[in-house]
Amino acid sequence: MNEIDNDEAATGCGSTPNALTAASFKSSYKPIWCPGCGDYTVLSSVTKALATMGVAPKDCAVVSGIGCSSRIPAYTTCYGFHGVHGRSLAAATGLKVARPDLQVLVAGGDGDGYSIGGNHFLHACRRNVDMTYLVMDNHVYGMTKGQPSPTTEPDWDSKLSPGGTGLRVFHPLVVALASGANFVARAFAGDLNGTAAIIAQAMKHPGFSFVEILSPCVTFRPEQREWRKLVRPAAVEPTDDAARAARRLMTDDGFNIGVLFAGDRAPYPASMRQPRSTVADLESEFAL
Amino acid sequence: MQTHIAAPTSVSIALAGSGGSGVMTAGTVLLAAAAKAGAYGLMVRTSGPQIRGGEAAALLRLGPQAMSSLDDGFDLLLAIDWQNVNRFADEIVLGPRSVLIGDPDEGEAPEVFKATGARYAPLSMKKMAKAIPGAWVNMIALGLSGTLAGLPLQALQDAVRESWKKPDTLEANLKAVAAGAEAAADIAANLASNGGAMARLQATALSAQPRWMISGNEAAGFGAIRGGIRFCAAYPITPATEVLEWLAPKLVEVGGTLLQAEDELASINMIVGASYGGVPSITATAGPGLSLMTEAIGLAVASEVPIVIVDVMRGGPSTGIPAKSEQSDLSFAVSGLHGDAPRLVVAPTSIGDCLGATQWAVHLAEALQAPAIVLSDQFMGQSRAIIDKPVDAGYRAQRLTAEANTPDYKRYRNTPSGISPMAIPGTEGVTYTADGLEHSEAGIPSSQSRDHVLQLDKRQRKLDLFDYGPYWADLEGTGDAVVITFGSTTSAVREAIARAKAQGVDLRLVAMRLLAPTRPEQMAAAVQGARRIIVVEQNHGAQLFRYLRAWYDFPVSPQSHHRPGPLPLRPGELLTALLDWRNAK
Repeated sequence: MNEIDNDEAATGCGSTPNALTAASFKSSYKPIWCPGCGDYTVLSSVTKALATMGVAPKDCAVVSGIGCSSRIPAYTTCYGFHGVHGRSLAAATGLKVARPDLQVLVAGGDGDGYSIGGNHFLHACRRNVDMTYLVMDNHVYGMTKGQPSPTTEPDWDSKLSPGGTGLRVFHPLVVALASGANFVARAFAGDLNGTAAIIAQAMKHPGFSFVEILSPCVTFRPEQREWRKLVRPAAVEPTDDAARAARRLMTDDGFNIGVLFAGDRAPYPASMRQPRSTVADLESEFAL
Repeated sequence: MQTHIAAPTSVSIALAGSGGSGVMTAGTVLLAAAAKAGAYGLMVRTSGPQIRGGEAAALLRLGPQAMSSLDDGFDLLLAIDWQNVNRFADEIVLGPRSVLIGDPDEGEAPEVFKATGARYAPLSMKKMAKAIPGAWVNMIALGLSGTLAGLPLQALQDAVRESWKKPDTLEANLKAVAAGAEAAADIAANLASNGGAMARLQATALSAQPRWMISGNEAAGFGAIRGGIRFCAAYPITPATEVLEWLAPKLVEVGGTLLQAEDELASINMIVGASYGGVPSITATAGPGLSLMTEAIGLAVASEVPIVIVDVMRGGPSTGIPAKSEQSDLSFAVSGLHGDAPRLVVAPTSIGDCLGATQWAVHLAEALQAPAIVLSDQFMGQSRAIIDKPVDAGYRAQRLTAEANTPDYKRYRNTPSGISPMAIPGTEGVTYTADGLEHSEAGIPSSQSRDHVLQLDKRQRKLDLFDYGPYWADLEGTGDAVVITFGSTTSAVREAIARAKAQGVDLRLVAMRLLAPTRPEQMAAAVQGARRIIVVEQNHGAQLFRYLRAWYDFPVSPQSHHRPGPLPLRPGELLTALLDWRNAK
């Protein structure tokens, strides 16, 4: 199920000549990712989901930080912003608040989002700006060749932390929920269509939508090839009750796939666009 | 640039007391009263480290012309109480001509002030206030100090009427002002027979010029909006918070927005994101915040996204002295990014120029698609001054943007000017990815030597080739002795130069507004014929001096006069230093 699927019917996109397809969103630039990397399929899921939104590439912005998965903006035909490590949510927040007309998608990895960018993750959830955040979680820093991230198991051995970090694993979905994210979901990179559908739902949902995508790193975490066997559709319907969602998330094993919470909190207000005063009016307070 | 040389006939007043005693309010109203009487003036706020309730003082200087610097000492120190006011002894310099007024019921005046030889006039101000139900002691102090300074009672009471927020106690406090004025008459009579009258303002005709009352931080905020800023991301920090608090409602008024960020890492990245979206964007901070922001300022350099950062400098390093001024972020501002990262650094030369310099910085950042740092400081930022209404120099944000469907569009095209059209999201057929990675002209990440050299050259060239015009520096005076300075120190230097001129010594001033990029040709012209050059600044490391030595060729080897904050450089101190330097063999 991880081959590229161009069946537009699967995501409900029409087939008129002007219709946007996944291909409309895919750039000709060749990814730097390793063969077999989960991020390839996430890219396909993203382009497929964008095609279902009916928003032209010129009206979409893909914002990222630093890391393997953060290379994704240039692989789309959208406006892209490849900023500094850990600050994608801040850059995207500025962009979306200043330009509420744009469809803003933020993407990155677990190190970028949960470690160096952890504070922005909390506050992006609280702020609830209408944008979607995709984290391609592979429980490792891949670009720097294999160091433990906040989602790495405590006993995972590495050169930087021999014998493991001994640290408790970070639980991004629970943190997102507790911090106020309005949409919380988990997806698996191996399921192109399923992930595309979840991303599309996330983009359509008002406010800050968070999608954690299990995306195997076949180079530094080859054992993650087994994720394919472990993932399963969540046996529950999405809830708008944060307390229920929290109980589910606190007890799940990290392999339940689907939309786990869809809240109804009002998004951060869009930027005021209608001036009430001229610049010259502002001078009056200084005049003697 | 319009400039004002402070008249030597100004009056300097310090109103001190514990926080909450109302001295800042009294100072603000006193400044407003001076404005009503046709005078100019300046009020500097100083306080201890406590958030509330610590010692506080309003330092005022009033005179017949606009001023942007404190004088060498004070004619009057009026303390409502003495709680820790002795800590201001270095800041509030008194002498035998000065007058010291304190409330004997609040204890004796501190020895450190008495030892200056200042004439002491005890007055039971709290009892006077108590005798008028609803009156505040700071209004007694207002009437007293204002009258001693020569302001008419009418102006003082009119200023109170305009600023009073509680109508039920207004009448009582107008009486308090009158009671203070009456007491002042008695004190003045005593002074006349005890060493001579205190300096006072001569009656001035109401200035016909339209005038403003403004703080440097408000001026920076207004300059930002007038330049075209419509987005701000804010994280509070002393002494820059007032820029942000002023902008918060005003941006909404003009159709923009301000967003409070979770930290400075967020605020700087937010403005880069917003500006990438085509909206001119700003943030304001102080040294610690600027330190946190540097990585993303480099991102703005590499991705060629215009942003403006106002750095209201305070004592450093580290947390330093948050509420006191120092010009010690200069080295960091001009060179503190990793990699070869050309950026703009602009410094206002007076409180009023915080407006023009910030407005210009917006214009430069937008025109050059580069980050601009405005180096204000606590002294300019938090001081309030009466100034002639500044002339709008007309600088506005004008970004070169890409047309829809431009054939063969390349975001980072190597143009002759170095400036390449920026595609704004929403524009058809020119999408690209802005990148902090080194990139090709098309914006594709590249570690190729050719691309790196090309883009480094492009980013430097656009700053080097730009015509900054005469606004790069304020050039004043004649003579073969040249004083180079920047920022708030400029005002004290100007005044020292005016005093030197009064003694028949001509000094030439170069007050640099553009600190980066460097302007070697313009500087060479500015110092042409110089036989002596001195660099004046307020920091410990002679940062401007070293910077100039590194980048500029001078006809003679420059000297340096520098010292750190928190005490401001005084005109008299500078006059002595400049005359010594000028007359040295």
